[in-house]
Amino acid sequence: MKKYAKLLPFFVPGIALYLALFIYPTVTGFYYSLTDWDGLSPSYQFVGADNYANVAKDIIFRKSIVNNIKFMVAVVIVQTVVSLLLALQLSKQKKVNVALRSLFFVPTILSSVSVGFIWTFVYDPSLGLLNGLLEAVGLSSWTQNWLGDAGIAIFSIAAVQAWAHIGQMIILFVAGLQAIPEELLESAKLDGATRLQLFFRVIWPLLAPAAAIVVSYTTIQSFKAFDLVFTMTGGGPAYSTEILSTYIYNSAFMNYTFGKASTASVYFLLLISFITFLQFRALRTDRVSY
Amino acid sequence: MVLKWLGRLLLLLFAAAILVPLLIVLFTSLKTTPQFYASPLGLPESLSFHNFKSLFDGQPMWGYFRNSIVVTSATVGLELLLSGFIAYGILRSGKRVGAAVFGLFAIGLMVPSQVNMIPIYTFVHKLGWSNSLTGLIIVSVSVLLPLSVFMLSGFMKTLPKEILEAGEIDGAGEWTLLVRITFPLSAPYLAATAAFLFVIVWNDLLFPMLLLNGKDKLTLPLAMLQFRGEYITDYPVLLAGVVVTALPMVALFIFLQRYFISGALAGSLKG
Repeated sequence: MKKYAKLLPFFVPGIALYLALFIYPTVTGFYYSLTDWDGLSPSYQFVGADNYANVAKDIIFRKSIVNNIKFMVAVVIVQTVVSLLLALQLSKQKKVNVALRSLFFVPTILSSVSVGFIWTFVYDPSLGLLNGLLEAVGLSSWTQNWLGDAGIAIFSIAAVQAWAHIGQMIILFVAGLQAIPEELLESAKLDGATRLQLFFRVIWPLLAPAAAIVVSYTTIQSFKAFDLVFTMTGGGPAYSTEILSTYIYNSAFMNYTFGKASTASVYFLLLISFITFLQFRALRTDRVSY
Repeated sequence: MVLKWLGRLLLLLFAAAILVPLLIVLFTSLKTTPQFYASPLGLPESLSFHNFKSLFDGQPMWGYFRNSIVVTSATVGLELLLSGFIAYGILRSGKRVGAAVFGLFAIGLMVPSQVNMIPIYTFVHKLGWSNSLTGLIIVSVSVLLPLSVFMLSGFMKTLPKEILEAGEIDGAGEWTLLVRITFPLSAPYLAATAAFLFVIVWNDLLFPMLLLNGKDKLTLPLAMLQFRGEYITDYPVLLAGVVVTALPMVALFIFLQRYFISGALAGSLKG
C-alpha cells in the first residue's frame, strides 16, 4: 500500500484530466442522446429512446452507414494490397529503398486539409491533373467528374485516403518482413523454391501477424475518416459521400439537432466497437510460430 | 524475372503517383493566375512568388503559424509529461494496479473523437473556454492521453528492470528513478511518441474547428479551410497555402525521419 501511495502523484494529474475531459463528456453524450436538445436553448425534453428509433429510420443515416462500408472496403483492399506489394520491393536495406520509403511516407505527415486541397485540384474536371493526363494519353473517354459524380465520388476520396496512408502501412509490412529470419529464405531458395513459392509458402504465413495489424488499423482508421470527406465534398453530391462522422457533424453543427447527433454518435461507437472486437479475434487466431 | 520487372514498374508508378501531384502543387503555386489558366498543367514559364505575397498580405499568416506552433508544442509537451508519469506509474505498480490503470485508458482508445465531439464541445462552452488556445490545448491533451499512454507504456515495458531495482536498492526515490533513470533511458521513445503526436496535433482539424472561431485564434489547417471560401478555385493562391503549411513539417521530417517513422510504427500497433 505504501508503494502505491508513493506512485499516486504520478497517476493523479493525468487520470483527473482524462476523467474530466474524456470519460465525463463521453458519458454525458449518452445522456444527450436521450433528449431533444438543439444545442443552443437552455432547456430540453427527455425523450427516452425516441432518437434511437428515429435515427435508425433516417434514410440519410442509413445511406451514411452504407457509404462508410463502401469507403472502408475500398480503402482496406487498396491500402493493404498496394502497401504489401511495395513493401516486398522495399524490404532490403538498400539506400534507394530507404529513400523511397521516406518518399512514400511524406503524404502521411501532410494535413488532411492539404491533402484534400491537393486532390481537389488533381480531380478538377477541367483544370485537373487526372483528366489532363487521361486526355494526353488518348483516354478522353475515361475522364470523369471525379468528385461531382454521385456514383464514384466516395471511391475517389477512398483513393486519396489510401494515397495518404500507404507509406505508414509499408513501414509496418517492412518491419514484419525484416523480422523473418534470413536463413529461412536462404534454405527455401537452396531447395529450389521459385519467387512465388517463396512468397506463398514461406513469407506469407510469417507475415500474417503484420498483415492482421495493417488490416485492422486500416479498417478502423478508414471507418472513422472525417477530415478528407469534410474538406473535399462535405458529404455531397446528393449525400453520396456522407459518412457517419460527417452525418454526426452536420446534424449537430449545421442542423442543430444535438440529441439526434448524439444518438448517431452512440450508434457509431457501437459499430466501431463491434469492428474492433472482430479484429481483436482475428488478430488472436492469426498468430503463427516458427 | 517477369515478377522482378513488374515489381520495379509498380515502384516507379507509385513513386510517380506520390511525386507528380506534389510537384504540380509546387509548380502551380509558382504561376501567375493568367499563366495558370493558359496552361493549368504546364511548367511555370517564370517563377512568380506573387501568390505567396498575396497570401501573406491578405491573411495574418504569421499569426496562424504562431497559433499552430503554440498549440502543437504545448499539447505535445504536456502530453509527454502526463503520459510519461502514468506510464512510469504503470511500470512501477504491481500487476493489478498497473493493469487497472492501463485498462482505464484502453477504454479511451476505443472511443473515436467523432463520438465525443458533441459533449466535449458543450462542456468546453459551459466552462467558458471556447475560442481559447488554452482550452484547445487542454482538450487535445486529454483526447490524446489514451494513445500516448499506450505508446509510452508499451515502450517502457522493454526497459531493463534491473536498472530501476538497483537504483531502488541504492535508496533512490520514485522521483529520482523517473527523472534520472527512466526518462533518459526512454529518450528515443519519447522522441518517437512526440513526433507521432506532433503530426496529429499540427494537422488536426476537428477540435480546432469545434473550439476556435476568431480569426486571430485559427490554426493553419483551419485557416486553410477558410481560404477556400475567399479564394474559390483560385488554385494558385490556395496551393501556395498548401506549400506554406506543409514546408515546416516536411523540413522537420527530413531532419527527424527516424523518430517520425518509428513513432508511426508504434502508433499503428494500437489497432
